[in-house]
Amino acid sequence: MNSSSPTAMHDKTIAQLSASLAAGEFSSEELTRVFLARIEQFNPGLNAFITVTAEPALAQARAADQRRRQGEAGPLAGVPIAHKDIFCTNGVRTSCGSRMLDRFIAPYDATVVEKLNAAGVVMLGKTNMDEFAMGSSNETSFYGPVRNPWDLDAVPGGSSGGSAAAVAARLTPGATGTDTGGSIRQPAALCGITGIKPTYGRVSRWGMIAYASSLDQGGPMARTAEDCALLLGAMAGFDPRDSTSVDRPVPDYVALLDQPLAGLKIGLPKEYFGEGLDSEVARVVEAAIAEYRKLGAETVDISLPNSQLAIPAYYVIAPAECSSNLARFDGVRYGHRCENPKDLLDLYTRSRAEGFGAEVTRRILVGTFALSAGYYDAYYLKAQQIRRLISDDFRRAFAQVDVIAGPTSPTVAFNIGEKVDDPITMYLSDIYTIAVNLAGLPGLSLPVGFVGQRPVGLQLIGNYFAEDRLLNVAHRYQQVTDWHQRVPAGF
Amino acid sequence: MSLGPAEVAKIAHLARLAIREKDAPAYARNLSAILDLVAQMNAVDTTGVAPMAHPLDMAQRLRADEVAEPNQRKHFQAIAPRVEAGLYLVPKVIE
Repeated sequence: MNSSSPTAMHDKTIAQLSASLAAGEFSSEELTRVFLARIEQFNPGLNAFITVTAEPALAQARAADQRRRQGEAGPLAGVPIAHKDIFCTNGVRTSCGSRMLDRFIAPYDATVVEKLNAAGVVMLGKTNMDEFAMGSSNETSFYGPVRNPWDLDAVPGGSSGGSAAAVAARLTPGATGTDTGGSIRQPAALCGITGIKPTYGRVSRWGMIAYASSLDQGGPMARTAEDCALLLGAMAGFDPRDSTSVDRPVPDYVALLDQPLAGLKIGLPKEYFGEGLDSEVARVVEAAIAEYRKLGAETVDISLPNSQLAIPAYYVIAPAECSSNLARFDGVRYGHRCENPKDLLDLYTRSRAEGFGAEVTRRILVGTFALSAGYYDAYYLKAQQIRRLISDDFRRAFAQVDVIAGPTSPTVAFNIGEKVDDPITMYLSDIYTIAVNLAGLPGLSLPVGFVGQRPVGLQLIGNYFAEDRLLNVAHRYQQVTDWHQRVPAGF
Repeated sequence: MSLGPAEVAKIAHLARLAIREKDAPAYARNLSAILDLVAQMNAVDTTGVAPMAHPLDMAQRLRADEVAEPNQRKHFQAIAPRVEAGLYLVPKVIE
């Protein structure tokens, strides 16, 4: 590390690293070695990575340096990132945080991985996560909990907890995540970073291990909205291999970051500021909204009257889809197989019982029950009707306002072990994020302050395909505040 | 809605999951609590509301019926628990 440099390499944002690499201040290989050394130093304490891919990373870095020398490089060439261990990476273990896939070497790259590779990024490794993305604390991982860099007693959130902790601790400048009910936004909030869940269909789900297919969506996690814009631009786009991918051009998110906010109408749903919201979190979120008024935005009180139905509907739809998706893990073609199965049924039932942890088992059971004969109308069909009501709430709101703002999570990060035995309490930490997935809308979380030493996130919700506006609205805030530049002590 | 250990065993069989007997009461408690949470949906009259299966109400896209993927059997067999002669081995199914 060059001590005369004003900002250490690992403290630079992706945009700054890109400029430094383009100016030849350092090579991608040097940069990659810095992050690999930081991972070696800090990961034993954080457990943010499941797999570190040092040698392939250095090979990718040297290839990116070569591309830069030949003048063929785009802005992300040579920039290190990490992938949530839910994205298939050819030749590299892809565990999905589960014993079931502990020894699964993915035979191909997910589209997101392929697209980022084509942009020249360097993969440092695969990040820890709740098992099969089912959790809000990263405690359901087969590989153990991740610690929050801001307070090692606290959870980082989940399910993309390893990605969030790794970015916050400067072990990587950016990472991929996935979000089915808040799994990008909630850990981003709890770790004081920026993350965006795009519109359903914006980012390909091909090669992203499925949890609830009508809700799952991948997206970037980084320190700034600008960095998320750079990453999303490379990740998004039509993919014929994903039948739910939307064929629609990807805007230049970076070019649209600086639009002025004057006249922007921000809706404040009264349901997001009521009972259940921690008063200290409310105070920090209201200060952030006051900052937006100073930037020229107008705030409008709105109502999303069916908000309280989002969690009940989600805990039918997501488990139902998960019970169907996870039926593929049968111990036959890949994944965990039990020892000495006595017959085929024993092979299935024991392989699955040994391969899945308690939360995954719970959700498979709930989903199986909801889809079983005689219960379909009362559960799945009813939940899909509620889903329509929730989506209609947002449609009416977006006739009035440009974006919706509120807290990302009702509390700051809770302690490791605090909620692990009480699934229902754990589910409530996604109360403000789940409705966004049910409606398929884009949502972003950005850091806006602290309660004690634990970060608070502001959630911005946009209309369909308004990722550009969300990134712009977050970026303008980050131009006049420095919450996103805070560094956890000791990192 | 309250489920007991016997109902959990039945659901577990449908899901092809071997739940240990000693774990069944805890799963029964958790599942009952989740179903109570879910029951909040019943407070709303949804008569005539069209169910929403897709966030963008898109129809599934179809593609031409053409071979698009190469045969990667060897590659895929390499990660299987037990294979022989290009086949996936399972316990004997027919006596």
